[in-house]
Amino acid sequence: MHELSIVSSIVDSVTETLAAYPGARVKEVRLRVGALASVVEDSLQFCYGIATEGTPLEGSVLIVRILPVRMHCDRCAQDVEIASLQSFRCPHCEAPVSDLRQGRELEIDSIEIDEVEEKV
Amino acid sequence: MTTRIVELRQGILKKNDELARGLRTRFEAAGVLVLNLVSSPGTGKTEFLQRTLSQLIGSGSKAAALVGDLETDNDARRLAASGAPVRQINTHGICHLEAEMVSKHLDGWNLADLDYLFIENVGNLVCPSSYDLGEKIRVALLSVTEGEDKPLKYPTLYNSADVAVITKIDIADAVGFDRAAALKNINEIRPGVRIFETSARTGAGMTEWLAYLAQSRLAR
Repeated sequence: MHELSIVSSIVDSVTETLAAYPGARVKEVRLRVGALASVVEDSLQFCYGIATEGTPLEGSVLIVRILPVRMHCDRCAQDVEIASLQSFRCPHCEAPVSDLRQGRELEIDSIEIDEVEEKV
Repeated sequence: MTTRIVELRQGILKKNDELARGLRTRFEAAGVLVLNLVSSPGTGKTEFLQRTLSQLIGSGSKAAALVGDLETDNDARRLAASGAPVRQINTHGICHLEAEMVSKHLDGWNLADLDYLFIENVGNLVCPSSYDLGEKIRVALLSVTEGEDKPLKYPTLYNSADVAVITKIDIADAVGFDRAAALKNINEIRPGVRIFETSARTGAGMTEWLAYLAQSRLAR
């Protein structure tokens, strides 16, 4: 249950970014989360509602895109997608794979904001 | 009002990752091998570490430890019995160690004087896997009393391990430990990982473990 500290980091980063857009309102925050990142989406969503209260992110929607695990298979000489986290084997040739190429991401991809237009 | 999309492309744990990178550079410059020990509560991390520290110090190596727990300095006192410098990190409710906590607790220690620094993480099989502490080697432990399928249940942690240690093998028979299944499960989650089978009570497996430590220190 470290989702609350993760969400607090999100609030800090987004708030820092907003300094360049005075008066803007945040509509969406989009994350990229690897399947091996040890983060549970439900728990993130629950914490998000609490941690954004009273911040410029209040009322915004958190969109979590889960990225599947990808490993490099030496035998097949290509990156392969690992469907199950219970067995790290190449889906084509069954060889054990440990060269991780994707799956531990924990990133803010982008935010969608409503900007106040400057009066001319 | 205009809607705008701002690309951030930023690691959420960026602050921790940056601090950990700084620590790693410091550790490498000082020539100290740093290991991060992770497992569930009750695996025997402290007992295993106490034996490791005692044997290292007994053979003339310089080793120190940081130990994380929510509360109490019980583990630090146990580890200090080995003669090694030990500091307790109390997280007061936080379920994992972070690079900043490690950094703060190094104050006053001359890292260049150390051969090994062990960081015993908070007993937890989920959260510590997300936080880089600047270690060179992440050690995932599994005790014979926990069930052979623990690695399958907690793949995110066992998959991040550089080495695996099975503890309490002196009571393996008494608890009906299925050794073959445990080894197979660890290998399914982290193919090819080096596995040590140990008992801090009898000393079984410690020779191999200490040889691995010495070799890893030289392999820097």
